[in-house]
Amino acid sequence: MKVRVQQEDFDLTLETDLLRNDPRIGALASFVGVVREVPMTLEHYPGMTERAIAKIVEEARARWQVMDCTVIHRHGALKPGDQIVLVAVASAHRGDAFAACEFIMDYLKTRAPFWKKEETAQGARWVEARASDDAAAERWKQGG
Amino acid sequence: MKVKVRFFASIKEALGRDSEELELPAGVATVAALRAHLRERGGAWAEALAETRRVTAAVNQDMVKPAAAIKAGDEVAFFPPVTGG
Repeated sequence: MKVRVQQEDFDLTLETDLLRNDPRIGALASFVGVVREVPMTLEHYPGMTERAIAKIVEEARARWQVMDCTVIHRHGALKPGDQIVLVAVASAHRGDAFAACEFIMDYLKTRAPFWKKEETAQGARWVEARASDDAAAERWKQGG
Repeated sequence: MKVKVRFFASIKEALGRDSEELELPAGVATVAALRAHLRERGGAWAEALAETRRVTAAVNQDMVKPAAAIKAGDEVAFFPPVTGG
């Protein structure tokens, strides 16, 4: 299990290659979040961020068969098209890999202490949390 | 008792500071009480930590509910709802 919070970019292929070293692994699901439309700066709470993500990964491991997992989240200044976050999950079968990957992403959006500040033409503004993100995290509690 | 209070994102900007060491008066023993205590400073404090605003709190780097207890030496953080991912 690998959790990293960093300014630098990441290499999807390199990271997923590192998750294919166990012959029991038959499925590898990955998600990459990308900056859309406007440049932004991502602030976070060093220490708590890593801890919060590690807890989410532990929850995923308790619910699905997760053989290995990598979460990388960037902070600092990012521009449209830049990668923000990677969640990659290795499992024996695709059902567990897909579900755990989506679960980690949904929980990360509502529980990991990151804040986006967009640099719009009208000036900088903090992005508001979205109710749809809360709903996406909430549905996992109902066994969805 | 003494605690460390930290602020992030829009709350940090509104208050013009990211942290402070604070001696709490007797009776301020929960996250909600600390938030109300800071609001009493008025101005930007009353505004940024207003009851009508969604403010998330963490104690020792774990998200907690407003009723969560705080003790001497704790690190208590206040921040807006998170927007990562």
